[in-house]
Amino acid sequence: MRRRPGFRGLAGRAASLLLALFALLPVTGAESADAERGKALYRECKRCHQVGSGAEHRIGPHLNDLFGRAAASSPHYRYSPAMKEAGAGGLVWTAATLDAFLANPRAVVPHTRMSFAGMAGPDERADLVAWLRGFAGGGAGLPPAEPTATPEEYGLDPGVLAIPGDPEYGAYLAGECITCHRADGAVEGIPSIVGWPVSDFVLALQAYKHGKRAHPAMQLVAGRLSDEEIAALAAHFEMAEIEP
Amino acid sequence: MKQRNVKGAVSRREFLASASAVAASTALSAPAVLATGRPRVVVVGGGAGGATAARYIAKDSKGAVDVTLVEPTRAYYSCFFSNLYIGGFRDFASIGHGYGDLAANHGINVVHDWAISVDRDARTVGLAGGGSLSYDRLVLSPGIDFRPGSVPGWDLSQQNRMPHAYKAGSQTQLLNAQIGAMPEGGVYCMVAPPNPFRCPPGPYERISMVAHVLKRTNPSAKILIVDPKEKFSKQGLFEDGWQRHYPGMIERIGPDFGGDRVEVRPDSMEVVVDGEAMKVDVCNVIPAQQAGRIAALAGVTDDSGWAPVVPRTMQSRADEDIHVLGDASLQGDMPKSGFSANSQAKVCAMAVRGALTGSKVFPARFSNTCWSLIGTDDGVKVGASYEATDEKIAKTDGFISKTGESAELRKATYEESLGWYSAISDDMFG
Repeated sequence: MRRRPGFRGLAGRAASLLLALFALLPVTGAESADAERGKALYRECKRCHQVGSGAEHRIGPHLNDLFGRAAASSPHYRYSPAMKEAGAGGLVWTAATLDAFLANPRAVVPHTRMSFAGMAGPDERADLVAWLRGFAGGGAGLPPAEPTATPEEYGLDPGVLAIPGDPEYGAYLAGECITCHRADGAVEGIPSIVGWPVSDFVLALQAYKHGKRAHPAMQLVAGRLSDEEIAALAAHFEMAEIEP
Repeated sequence: MKQRNVKGAVSRREFLASASAVAASTALSAPAVLATGRPRVVVVGGGAGGATAARYIAKDSKGAVDVTLVEPTRAYYSCFFSNLYIGGFRDFASIGHGYGDLAANHGINVVHDWAISVDRDARTVGLAGGGSLSYDRLVLSPGIDFRPGSVPGWDLSQQNRMPHAYKAGSQTQLLNAQIGAMPEGGVYCMVAPPNPFRCPPGPYERISMVAHVLKRTNPSAKILIVDPKEKFSKQGLFEDGWQRHYPGMIERIGPDFGGDRVEVRPDSMEVVVDGEAMKVDVCNVIPAQQAGRIAALAGVTDDSGWAPVVPRTMQSRADEDIHVLGDASLQGDMPKSGFSANSQAKVCAMAVRGALTGSKVFPARFSNTCWSLIGTDDGVKVGASYEATDEKIAKTDGFISKTGESAELRKATYEESLGWYSAISDDMFG
């Protein structure tokens, strides 16, 4: 009746199947790939992923030294069970696997926590992969990583990031969130909010609260949350178990 | 019948516990843990209100509360998204859910039986299969039943001729089959319910889904809505969508033209509107509604047929040991929806745990969003947030989709509804 219990096995199988397919697929657009255009496209990724010298894990893992590495293998990032399963099943990041993942993340890694619908254009994907390839060779000489969202971007008093959150209160308030955002972090049409760094979580909700990010339901929810309540939710979701 | 004023008062057991604590020992500060064992909660009804309440009480009390869920069906088919099954956007199995995880993951005692009586003095619930269950707190979340006689000519014995399909399951499949078997150019008629009723946009989403199917399979078919209401939920959005997707197919007869004076003749498949009989091929009668029968049997409903509750805790105004959730409750501004019931259940679960285990109780907060699908990738939504006042659950703020939105936004709204269904299902049964 429920589809979920079997998915981990499926993710592994899907990854192995894809690996077999990649050997046959040409990487479209590779000859004309333009890393500078990729840099511009990367803006869409930047909200969650840092790349460059000093890059850290944020909502998503940093993307340095990605090529040739197994999925879910960067230390200290809390990957989704789905991504871990894909890595264990043999998914290695190459130009071809990244191209497929960027085209439709949930087709390659079902139940990934990455809230990105996919990039339709093969040339755009090739440009983005070309840009990421520039960060494949270790830290020396790389441009410094750009931060993800900052308080300045939203005109927010940085002091709100320092408000301590009460995770117990956050756990109660979270009841309102997980009616729509799955508690286990799987993405099925609504973004994951589990395991985010506190500052990213606070910034996102504050941006909705003050109308700087557009979404009527989120503006409604965030609009009645106090700064303390947002801090409480951030504290809860940073630590929330990714699996129930 | 016992009556207690519960407004703003501590429960009897909290009061007794604190009184005895003062008398016996100042160290005994946790209220209400019975000497004979764990406090017992019985939840009647395993839908969006009951399943959520049972799950949250069991999960968050970490086994300190003994939770029993009484639900007659082994497989729950959600009313929400059942229209999408009729529209061909979901298969039937995808709206079905079992109770196994509630038992296995949270230790909930799932009893598949009908609750047929409540003895409020003895605090027991009688079961159709015999025996009874004792409770310290009872949570009633029985959904709706139909008001007898609200559509002359129709009663439950006619539901196979003229299905309501307003409690999902076999009725939904039956209606779906009848739509599939309509003759070319046939007429589907819906007798829409008067306010208040479960899922305010539901009948009109159903019209959209029936039209979506007929446009493909039977494009000369007609859809007739006989409606006793002047206005309905998301009316502008639906009417705009019907015009764009299904021009000329849907006709609505409101009260100005006799929509409130309707009678049905199941034997001859006729609908009589304001004295004028019409032959139809499918007749989907959604009668007037009231709280599920167990609420009336427990004596917690009033003349309206619904059960008045205290907004902060969802306790019955007639009995502080009973909470009433979801469609059955009379609470104020929230629409009767699965989302509302799920939201109310979390407030109730917190209040019940607080009363029985002394856990922290935070201020009640409620929210609701209702998504509706009008056509392929054409989703709309309405939502609001609510707070508890002494009188009622009061709306504080809200939003609604607009006509003229981009196709991209409508598609995103539909996809969002899929995410919501996945998440709330997990929040109820996971």
